[in-house]
Amino acid sequence: MFSVFRDLLRYNVEFLIGVVLVGFITIFACLSFFAPMEPAMVYVVPPDQPPSWQFWFGTNSRGQDMFWQLTDAFWNSLTFGLTVAVISRIISIVIGMMAGYLGGIFDRVFMFFADIFVAIPIFPILILFYFVLRSDLNSFNLALVMACFGWPYDARLIRTVALGLRHREFTRQAVFAGMSPVKIMFEEHLPYVMPIIFSTAMANMIWSIGLEVTLAVLGFTNITIPTVGTTLFWANNHSALIVGIWWWILIPVVLLVMMFIGLFLLAVSMNEYIDPRSRLRRMGA
Amino acid sequence: MKAYFLFALKRLLQLFAVCFAGISAAFFISHLSPISPVDSIIGRVSGRSTYSPEAIRALRATMTELFGLDVPLWQQYLNFWGRFVTGDLGPSLLAFPTPALRLVMIALPWTFGLLTATIIINWLIGNILGGLAGYYQNNRFLKAFGIVAIGLQPIPHYIVAFLMVILFGFLWPILPISGGFAMNVRVAWTPEFVLSVLHYALLPALSLVLVGIGTWFLGMRALVSNIVTEDYVTYAELAGVKRPTILFAYVIRNAMIPQLTSLAMTLGLIFSGTIIIEQVFSYPGLGTLLVRAVNEGDTTVVLAVSSIAIIAVATAIFIIDLLHPIFDPRVRVE
Amino acid sequence: MADILTVQGLKAYYLMNYYGISREVRAVDDITMTVKHNEIYGIAGESSSGKTSFIKVLAAAIRPPLEVVAGSAVYDFGGQQVDPTTASPDVLKQIRWKHLSYIMQGSMSVLNPVRRIEKSFVDFAMEPLGLSGKAFWNRVRDHLAHLKLSPNVLRAYPHELSGGMRQRVTIGLATVCHPEFIIADEPTTALDVVVQKDVLALLRNIQQEIKSSVVFVTHDMAVHANIADRVGIIYAGRLVEEARTRDLFMSPRHPYTGHLVASLPRIGDTRQRPALEGRPPNLAEPPPGCRFHPRCPLAIDRCRSEVPPLVTVAEEHRAACWRSDEVRPVLDADLPRNRAEVS
Repeated sequence: MFSVFRDLLRYNVEFLIGVVLVGFITIFACLSFFAPMEPAMVYVVPPDQPPSWQFWFGTNSRGQDMFWQLTDAFWNSLTFGLTVAVISRIISIVIGMMAGYLGGIFDRVFMFFADIFVAIPIFPILILFYFVLRSDLNSFNLALVMACFGWPYDARLIRTVALGLRHREFTRQAVFAGMSPVKIMFEEHLPYVMPIIFSTAMANMIWSIGLEVTLAVLGFTNITIPTVGTTLFWANNHSALIVGIWWWILIPVVLLVMMFIGLFLLAVSMNEYIDPRSRLRRMGA
Repeated sequence: MKAYFLFALKRLLQLFAVCFAGISAAFFISHLSPISPVDSIIGRVSGRSTYSPEAIRALRATMTELFGLDVPLWQQYLNFWGRFVTGDLGPSLLAFPTPALRLVMIALPWTFGLLTATIIINWLIGNILGGLAGYYQNNRFLKAFGIVAIGLQPIPHYIVAFLMVILFGFLWPILPISGGFAMNVRVAWTPEFVLSVLHYALLPALSLVLVGIGTWFLGMRALVSNIVTEDYVTYAELAGVKRPTILFAYVIRNAMIPQLTSLAMTLGLIFSGTIIIEQVFSYPGLGTLLVRAVNEGDTTVVLAVSSIAIIAVATAIFIIDLLHPIFDPRVRVE
Repeated sequence: MADILTVQGLKAYYLMNYYGISREVRAVDDITMTVKHNEIYGIAGESSSGKTSFIKVLAAAIRPPLEVVAGSAVYDFGGQQVDPTTASPDVLKQIRWKHLSYIMQGSMSVLNPVRRIEKSFVDFAMEPLGLSGKAFWNRVRDHLAHLKLSPNVLRAYPHELSGGMRQRVTIGLATVCHPEFIIADEPTTALDVVVQKDVLALLRNIQQEIKSSVVFVTHDMAVHANIADRVGIIYAGRLVEEARTRDLFMSPRHPYTGHLVASLPRIGDTRQRPALEGRPPNLAEPPPGCRFHPRCPLAIDRCRSEVPPLVTVAEEHRAACWRSDEVRPVLDADLPRNRAEVS
């Protein structure tokens, strides 16, 4: 595992840039633990100050220090994305592996549901949830709902791999040795599925954080929780651009784009690494 | 032919299942709301002027009956479907008593037009450029396009739309940034109106193209760089088959098939992106209607927009699925 | 008779560098041979012995990481000299299919899956034939009839045909322009035995009819015994023995050939065949001296240090072995005397 990481870092420029960008944002988000004030608090610093040595990212019209406010916003957005990714990964692993390994009626039923979930446009559904729950729609509830929609495509991918593994020699041996299906799936097959899980997790985080930003900008999440989306919501709410407080919008947008490009490059380079063709070339066959 | 008919029938069944599941989910989510639509209307009415408690009680009773809220949830659910199949989605609260469906139908053509045009542009141009980029891997222009695509592709719709507004609305104001057509143009099938519609659609469409085209470009490039190593491409090259024939009839033609599947898979996501773009440009489509309805607490319109969106996306996927065997002779239609 | 192909000291290596692993694989290492007009030259060898790389060079399908490092391969098409290792793309395009065609391994995937067979014929053969419209289709239909294929296959998609049919269609594609030189890369490997026999007979008939030269590659010695006029044995990137088919089978002069021939099944012989010990060498780090020495029962010290040259040991018979005199002929009877007897 570590050697794979080292090889990727050394020979794949895209992966390197991705690691640097995501690493930078992660460190930035972690700084929120050292914030000198509660980041959600308002009117603690003089409002509308442009970036300076005292306030690196300036202050906004609500009297927040943008630097510390954004560290917290990115921390919340990252944990949100990670939560969705982890939950939806678990769903897609369980369903994908079961459908692939058990096959037959299981497979057909699961994939039928997966097709339905793929076809339902998620955005109206999310808006409905906000419509019903209003401010009870906290980050975790939202993450849960999104995770319920984020699994089908990846479950299909995992199913394809599991389907191939089922006919491999070692699976047959494990079956004859009396290993239980659950054990076979999670001890023998899971390692083969892991690379897909990592690369789809990145794509999934882009998707969920992007949706959260979109919802929040419209004001369709709990706007008192600082996230990248709610930061932009408040900026719009105070007409930041028209008033000329450009840093309130520009800085979070730049950081967000950096994070997305980083995650995207990680997903792309991992995909290339797990592609059987490039794997063959690496082995020199 | 019979096999194709069975295949189509199976897909049709799936279409109904998707619509049924999606709309049912939408119904239950919206009806589990702690805020009753009746309360929200009464709140709005009584906020404007004072009524006697009797009048309010009478209004509440009328409204409860009108919305069919006086029966248990399962009964409401059955009633909902009963009315739904006849095209009755209930009256809008926002524009009472206009039927919610009529509001949706006014908004639908705008979204449909914007979305269809941009999806076709994105898919065709993205795939052709991506195909060329995968085949001519050393072309500088296509390499540069690839880097731009990687940079653009992960940026959320909202931010691209916002940058467009800043760029063409404030810094270099040459394009209209709000609405579906000019205020001084009458809605009719006149050249003036059509031109105005196209003019106003430019920025929203441009935003959708910028966000969407990269996905197809990158997907196609990756597919093509795999397909060029396939035996049938190598063989055609060894036979001295003409370059353009190899590129289009051998490479791109084969890569189109997974891209078509992928289009069906991502339609739902593309639709979500359109909603936000419409909102940013105040475009008079489904997205704007949905956002306004949510803000005003208009349950029936929210439910109507969601239902129609689910049906529209599912139908589009259904049509793409039906086209699939035409593009791929190998699809086993059993 | 004059030679149609002359290969001189050809070296082609894979130069690779992926994820920090850089290596040089000497897939073709100093091969010198010729192919005569109107003959079937068989090339035999294990998988990854370099035979596929060799014919890639002959077919002018040299793509990175494969590179020609030294030597030449010159075709003589009625006076026009063409070297695929140096010729310009324009020249190559002119000779492809008209003079030089190719039958590829794996009939499953050599035809475009979304194109009808007729379109493939148009793509491949229309320009080299210089015919159009009715004349073209008459020619194609005639040719298909020779291959015992009904004209209906033209309307089919590749997946609608059986493996044998598909391979016949590819042979048809490769021979419809009556090229002087055909390279056949394992054309029968993926087929079942009965179909294999059919396809071989077909290929031979067509070859005799259009008087072309064929380089026929397969690891299957029985197929060589059936079809080839001469056979060259490739081991670890080198040509180790070359002779007329009958001579090669009757009196092999390289221990590796001896082993290949001995492993052939023969009617009435139920003895167990001794398996060859060891594995083919890694072409990235081939053993010094004779590359076969780690597996050779006859190996002596000299074999471990000095590379044996390919020398003429009998009429039209070359072998690269220090002890070629001591290689004993392994078989005696019931091999075809010449190919006319088989058909």
